[in-house]
Amino acid sequence: MAVYRRNYRPYSGTQTREWSRFLVLFRYSRRNLFRSKVQTGFFVLCFFYPIACLVMIYLAHSASFLAKLGVPSQLISIDSMFFFRYMSVQGVLSFLMTAFAGPGLISPDLANGALPLYFCRPFSRVEYVLGKSSVLGILLSQITLIPGLILFTIQASFAGASWTWNNLWIAGSLVVASLICISILSLLAMALSAWVKWRIVAGALLLAVMFFGAGFAQAINAVMHTDSGHFVDVAYLMAAIWIGLFRVEAENSITAFPALIALLVYCCICLWLLMRKVRAFEVIR
Amino acid sequence: MTQPGAPVSESRSSPTGVPSVPLIELNGLTVRFGNRDILRGLTASLRGRAIGLLGPNGAGKSTLINTLLGFYKPVGGSAKVFGQDIGTNLRNIRRLVGYMPENDAFVSKMNAVSFVRMMGELSGLPSRVALERAHEALFYVGLAEARYRQLGTYSLGMKQLAKLAQAIVHGPKLLILDEPTNGLDPSARQRMVRMVREIRDSREMRIVLCSHLLRDVEDTCDEVLILKGGQIAHYSDLDEERRSNKRFVELEIYGANGDFTAAIEKLGCECAVAANRMKMVLADGVETRDIFRIAAEQQVRIRRLNFRRDTLEDIFLKAMES
Repeated sequence: MAVYRRNYRPYSGTQTREWSRFLVLFRYSRRNLFRSKVQTGFFVLCFFYPIACLVMIYLAHSASFLAKLGVPSQLISIDSMFFFRYMSVQGVLSFLMTAFAGPGLISPDLANGALPLYFCRPFSRVEYVLGKSSVLGILLSQITLIPGLILFTIQASFAGASWTWNNLWIAGSLVVASLICISILSLLAMALSAWVKWRIVAGALLLAVMFFGAGFAQAINAVMHTDSGHFVDVAYLMAAIWIGLFRVEAENSITAFPALIALLVYCCICLWLLMRKVRAFEVIR
Repeated sequence: MTQPGAPVSESRSSPTGVPSVPLIELNGLTVRFGNRDILRGLTASLRGRAIGLLGPNGAGKSTLINTLLGFYKPVGGSAKVFGQDIGTNLRNIRRLVGYMPENDAFVSKMNAVSFVRMMGELSGLPSRVALERAHEALFYVGLAEARYRQLGTYSLGMKQLAKLAQAIVHGPKLLILDEPTNGLDPSARQRMVRMVREIRDSREMRIVLCSHLLRDVEDTCDEVLILKGGQIAHYSDLDEERRSNKRFVELEIYGANGDFTAAIEKLGCECAVAANRMKMVLADGVETRDIFRIAAEQQVRIRRLNFRRDTLEDIFLKAMES
């Protein structure tokens, strides 16, 4: 590559396909994300629980080994409750990961005025949001969806066809639960980061939405003697859907369907906020 | 991979060097923010190789550029770039355009090579080509030594150059520069102006330069569109202005009275007198010897006579006064 001469030459070669250009943004954003050692360390930490689950599945199918240890084999049962617990733990880790990674995706671009540089090219706002959200989407699916399906597959291979056939719905539940978790967390993180334009504040706001949301919900319920306050608690809504999906018995005052509608409304609000804020220039009327 | 998707080839130049297809056509273009009309029915056809957009602050220069790039939707009229309507062919237009915005615009935590490479890739360059061209563009704008430094550590002048590099990396047909010399010290400004002139003279790209600095536009552009209050105050082909001797004459005179001015005006010349100085525009058919003749008749001494062409400042001030 000869770049020693200072000259300019026009370009007349091939171009990449337009549909694939959002992946450029994904590639660069992901590379930026993993420059942080804390981020990388936390990402590795997120696989500890799935590994523990893997060990439990192995032990559940190793009766002789459990007998040697003196542990009754009924103690470890691999059922929908097992996967519900897996999803709950990984959901919390996903949330923490989103709080780390999410706010840094859009807010620096807004703060540094980079959006006109993206949108003066044949690159739309939808592609921009798609490129940025795919970073979180793939990252969170590596924490929730993919290990979950791997665990289910391993369990299925140990337990045999009969168990697999009877519990195939758990795999479906894992997919739906993960997708709900990924969608709401990604959209929430990006919308908040686009709204406040400041990475640290956006991260704090995301934590506030989750933690203060729960407190606020309790306050509403206590003051108004109702259960409707839970609709402002995103974590509670997600749990309500997961309880329905994994068919576990747990106390929850909201059923899956209203919780799903509420989360869809939140997703729509986040998308509206994103489309309003992710512009080359904000028009001040 | 696809061939560079420009269904529009750059317009061919006429024998005089002026491109035959207008670069930008405005037809009653109106842009409104809330209740305020920012651009009011702009109509013009711009053909030059380098077009300057001039006007005082708030005249609508940047709004016009942003509208051409599709950032703002017009409420009335239409605009075409390379013959393509901004309402229907925005993506095609954006393929052909490189844009250097006025304000700070960079992606944080990236060095210049990665930044320019990413912008190239987003414009459709394959990854390896984008890397090669990013290096070339950074060499071209003079950031070769600093190309692996984080953009956040750059000085204002270097950030301007990095913005220019990202605007040219994909080889656009039209380069839009919004206040490229903003905040630059004199030597950096000179470097930037020289580079814009080089790009113009290379004839690979056409340029729209938006500025409120008359010298920048005069140094680089061959056409100028002056905006005032969202309307076109004046449109001028600077090359033509330069070519056509407007016959501005400046005289330093002694012993003149009103008769001398009246006699000159009788010839059809426009005159303005201040103390010993007189400015005039010679009418057709009037030569300097006629002035000397009248001066001799009126016993007026002419100490100095200078021909002076209309500067951009004159054009601008006239447009602002109109």
